[in-house]
Amino acid sequence: MPSSTMPPSIQTNAACRELARRIRIHAVRMTHLAGSSHVGSSLSLAELLAVLYRSILRITPETIDDPDRDRLILSKGHACAGLYAALAECGFFPVEWLDDFYHDGARLPGHATAEGIPGIEVSSGSLGHGLGIACGLALAGKRDGRPFRVFTVLSDGECDEGSIWEAVLFAPHHRLDNLVAIVDYNKIQSLDRVEDVLGLEPLADKWRAFGWATREVDGHDVGQIEETLRGLPFEPGKPSCLIAHTVKGKGVSFMENTVLWHYRSPQGEEYQRALEELEATV
Amino acid sequence: MRTAFIQALTELAAEDPRITLVVGDLGFGVVTDFAKRFPKQYLNAGVAEQNMTGLAAGLAMAGKIVFTYSIANFPTLRCLEQVRNDVCYHNANVVVVAVGGGLSYGSLGMSHHATEDIAILRSLPRMTVVAPGDPFEAKAATRAAAAGIGPVYLRLGRAGEPLVHNKPVPWRLGKALTVRRGEDVTLISTGAMLQTAVHTADALAAEGIGVEVLSMHTIKPLDTDAIIDAARRTRRIVTLEEHSILGGLGGAVAEVLCESEVRNVRFQRIGLPSEFGKHIGKQEYLRRIHGLDVDSVIRCVRRMWEGGLRIHKDEHDGATFDRAMPIAKSA
Repeated sequence: MPSSTMPPSIQTNAACRELARRIRIHAVRMTHLAGSSHVGSSLSLAELLAVLYRSILRITPETIDDPDRDRLILSKGHACAGLYAALAECGFFPVEWLDDFYHDGARLPGHATAEGIPGIEVSSGSLGHGLGIACGLALAGKRDGRPFRVFTVLSDGECDEGSIWEAVLFAPHHRLDNLVAIVDYNKIQSLDRVEDVLGLEPLADKWRAFGWATREVDGHDVGQIEETLRGLPFEPGKPSCLIAHTVKGKGVSFMENTVLWHYRSPQGEEYQRALEELEATV
Repeated sequence: MRTAFIQALTELAAEDPRITLVVGDLGFGVVTDFAKRFPKQYLNAGVAEQNMTGLAAGLAMAGKIVFTYSIANFPTLRCLEQVRNDVCYHNANVVVVAVGGGLSYGSLGMSHHATEDIAILRSLPRMTVVAPGDPFEAKAATRAAAAGIGPVYLRLGRAGEPLVHNKPVPWRLGKALTVRRGEDVTLISTGAMLQTAVHTADALAAEGIGVEVLSMHTIKPLDTDAIIDAARRTRRIVTLEEHSILGGLGGAVAEVLCESEVRNVRFQRIGLPSEFGKHIGKQEYLRRIHGLDVDSVIRCVRRMWEGGLRIHKDEHDGATFDRAMPIAKSA
């Protein structure tokens, strides 16, 4: 049936799925052209970014300097290919900027950078920084009576950093219910599976024990993500934590759930197969 | 100095609601009144300096002018990457305040000695580095930093430093203050070594040696004109700092002199050796051990005036003074 006759949620879900697919195609192509790493990390958060930018965040290319805009901080800055792709697809800067990602003289470096890139709030790359900055923004919003919300996307490996837990302790104490931490829990970090490097389980219980209103979702189910984030804050007076169970390398069969594709760059036949799989996705 | 700092900050907070003080659970007896008076402009971040600094950057991104406050190395080295990435890279209006610069907290031991901070922080892009010479300068520096000029490192002593300037002086960020005039030797000091520099100049004046004293409260951006002008006039430059001889004021002045066109300048750094101290004691005691007391500095400046290009170990009468003399050590 024509899209205008569908219920709005179905329309939104379809749009989010399509945006996630576009993000993946860009991320695979960008890391291919760049010969760069971290494609698996960008593939795992495609739906999260798609839902956030399509239907949750109160920010548009026209409002990037509005003091009351929602902020998103990609604390896992190595997944920037996904973020750049999402921003370009949503009109924050030209899609052509993605072509020379990572190259000499390019605009877009290999970790999320705010300088000169519209829509990126905070430069990241070193892990464990985003949540602290987000706490400061959220606290300022509370103190000044501003309506904006602050979202930050963390990786699971990043939760090894002590600075994350300093901030996890801080936010509930100050009742920052305008703050949202999203963990892209793809279960694989740089060198090995999370459970084999430095286990995080029970991860949701840890956030709850620190005082966060915590929800868990299938991080590839756009409907579930959207419905959950529509309920922000999850509890009044508490910061919200969304643990998104994801698959590293999601969307490309041979990249899924492998340690290899944290660092490997898609080239040759692998690149072609990856693109074909993603193009065939509906 | 910390009293002057908090007085100035209290005045500023009353004038400007953006001024926010974030402490890392330190400042007993110093910040209590501020906290009571300005609850929405004060925050104790807990014993968590990384988060303190990150959230300070976040507060600044939302329009605040934030002072982080803790002792010695805690607001700087403990969270150096937050200072570099979150504050400096984002050009955030965050003033990192360390009390206990140098050996202020002498008896508390190595962990509480801030002796490499200037070298480390002045290497960070966009960072302004200020070490005021007395409480008067501390107040002026606090006001300058509060104007929203991007990242600032404000290195204070502790409480009870004497007023060196007994009348109002035209303190300007980035401009050295001439505290004594002299044509024979220039003694450039930073931070709370200013009083030692002034006492040295006054003692040597009685001997007929004219010592110019510059309070180089701003180490970055450095007042290169003042250094080159002094080098041209006096041909003898001595730097004095309660900091490692590596990379601090002495290193910064050496960089300027070596690249300048002024020739035949004698130059000597006085500072702490690049070693962890073996001695226990209060600031005055440790200064004496390391040749940072007035008598040792007088001897050093006098010797330079008398003509020795370098001070050799065997010439020196202090048991440990030579360890603070980098030229003798590395020659």
